[in-house]
Amino acid sequence: MTTPRNPSATTAVRLTRVSKAFGLGDSRTLALKSTDFHAGEGEMHLVVGPSGCGKTTMLSVMAGTLNWDEGEVEVLGQRLNELSPRAITAFRGRHIGFIFQQFNLIPTLNCVENVSVPLLLNGASRAVAEKAAAALLAEVGLPDKLTKHPGQLSGGQQQRVAIARALVHAPRLLICDEPTSALDATTGRQIMELLAHVARAPGRCVIIVTHDSRIYRYADRITEMEDGRVGRILVGEDLRHFVNQPH
Amino acid sequence: MLHLALKMLMGDRAKYLMLVGGVTFASLLMTQQTGVFQGLLAWTTSHLRNMRASIWVVEAHVDYANETKALRDTDVNRVRSVAGVDFAVPMYQGILRAKTADGADKMVMMIGLHGATLFGRPPVMLRGLLEDLRLPNTVVIDELGVARLSGGRARPIGLGDTFEINDREARIVGICRTERHFFGYPYVFSSYDQALQYAPRQRKMLSVILAEPKPGLTPKEVALRIEQETGMKAYTTAEFAAVTVDYIWKNTGIPASFMTTIILGFIVGIAICGQTFYSFVLENLRHFGALKAMGASTSRLAMMLLLQALTVGVIGYGMGVGLAAAFGFMVLESGMPPFVLQPATLWKTAGAVLLICVLAALLGIRKIARLEAAIVFRG
Repeated sequence: MTTPRNPSATTAVRLTRVSKAFGLGDSRTLALKSTDFHAGEGEMHLVVGPSGCGKTTMLSVMAGTLNWDEGEVEVLGQRLNELSPRAITAFRGRHIGFIFQQFNLIPTLNCVENVSVPLLLNGASRAVAEKAAAALLAEVGLPDKLTKHPGQLSGGQQQRVAIARALVHAPRLLICDEPTSALDATTGRQIMELLAHVARAPGRCVIIVTHDSRIYRYADRITEMEDGRVGRILVGEDLRHFVNQPH
Repeated sequence: MLHLALKMLMGDRAKYLMLVGGVTFASLLMTQQTGVFQGLLAWTTSHLRNMRASIWVVEAHVDYANETKALRDTDVNRVRSVAGVDFAVPMYQGILRAKTADGADKMVMMIGLHGATLFGRPPVMLRGLLEDLRLPNTVVIDELGVARLSGGRARPIGLGDTFEINDREARIVGICRTERHFFGYPYVFSSYDQALQYAPRQRKMLSVILAEPKPGLTPKEVALRIEQETGMKAYTTAEFAAVTVDYIWKNTGIPASFMTTIILGFIVGIAICGQTFYSFVLENLRHFGALKAMGASTSRLAMMLLLQALTVGVIGYGMGVGLAAAFGFMVLESGMPPFVLQPATLWKTAGAVLLICVLAALLGIRKIARLEAAIVFRG
């Protein structure tokens, strides 16, 4: 188990009384019910809870990929409420990295091209983007897979490529959606070790939504969600106790 | 990002080939069918180019160049008497039956030229002398005539050989080159008087009066005077060609038939490209969602889709037009089927292909525009 670091006092993500409903009339479902959430810079923050409790909805809202109905969302000091959809997209491209459960690598592009996408979206030249992508692929342990396509890689290797893609533009917020759930136990552990090693950086907040109790020990803070609301927030001794109990 | 858009497109080899194939097929169909149609339209006025007269005077109810309604012999002098007419000569034109050496009947387009001037003579003489038409029972035939009238002979029919037209002997004194007549019959040239001997006897035999304006006058103004003074219809070559094409458009099923095929080519292009491109977008929806999540704006994704569609369009257009041109070269020698590839056809096909590609891309862009980036977080 890695030693939990002291989270910075600076806020990376703050959700204040955020609500989000899906559907209309009788089929209307409240996924987030006036939820408050806080994550600090420099911390690895896990969001856990049963299926349907609103984890992914909350993740989508803080990433600016889903509109919310009420409340305020502040990410890296920027109130998303004040931004237009276009500005939110640009903000996301500059400051947020993503790691998805299904990797979402583009199958027809090779590893370097996949990893270079965020830099290209931010206006970098092809040469600069591919050089940075190659360097990061080497850092995640895939220096010999630069020209391989995702279909030629194992699940763990694909997730490493996805991690490189999420980090290549040095985002200040890294959002991970079930990064280990599609992987076996050993590979999942390797991926978390890698994340803990390469993703942690001063000022960078890593938020991981997960069902996988095996990775709880990597967390600096765990937020439990229940029925669209934030429940317990575990840090310090409470966190250590929570991690060590059977799940 | 645009180079990645192209890699995304070409990486899906099956869909890429399907898209290019669809546009190629549509381009080929539209270009080739338009080319054959233009060639066929050119045939309808080939008669005018073969005779090369400035003014064509015909019976008042003649609707197009290949129609014959006989005039009186005295009408030639009426035309000659119109001020501004430099000269006017009679011409016979009619479809007659010829018999080959093996006894087969072949239809020929008999042209009787004014004996003194031979005005309206064939454009290119390949062998023999046109002036020999002044000898009795002589004819000049074109290359198609050589092909059609050689039946039953050890070698192609040629100078000095004879065949029968309406049971009268015709001796070949020349071989010429002409543009093929719309009706597809070979040209047989003779003198006007001789042609009347070959043709079945009728009360009026004069088909057309060919005239030329005096120097300093335009064919148009002289044609107008002829009409006013004689009551006959007088056309310049351009006018006669225009009314002929107009007649074909309005009174035959040929344009409708070709237009149907051309439109079908367009529709097939839209159907194949639209469906394939849309399915390409659907299959890549999660990836487009991931790109959106990573900061790609809708306009940037739309640019990527447009680039992909236009790339398919350019490649498919090039291949389709190339195949149509290859078809043109193949049939150039035989002239069958007729084929004329005009620059306007290329531009119009390019426009149609552009429309196909833009419509196909728009289907995908509409889908992408409505796509929520949050789709990537849903299992």
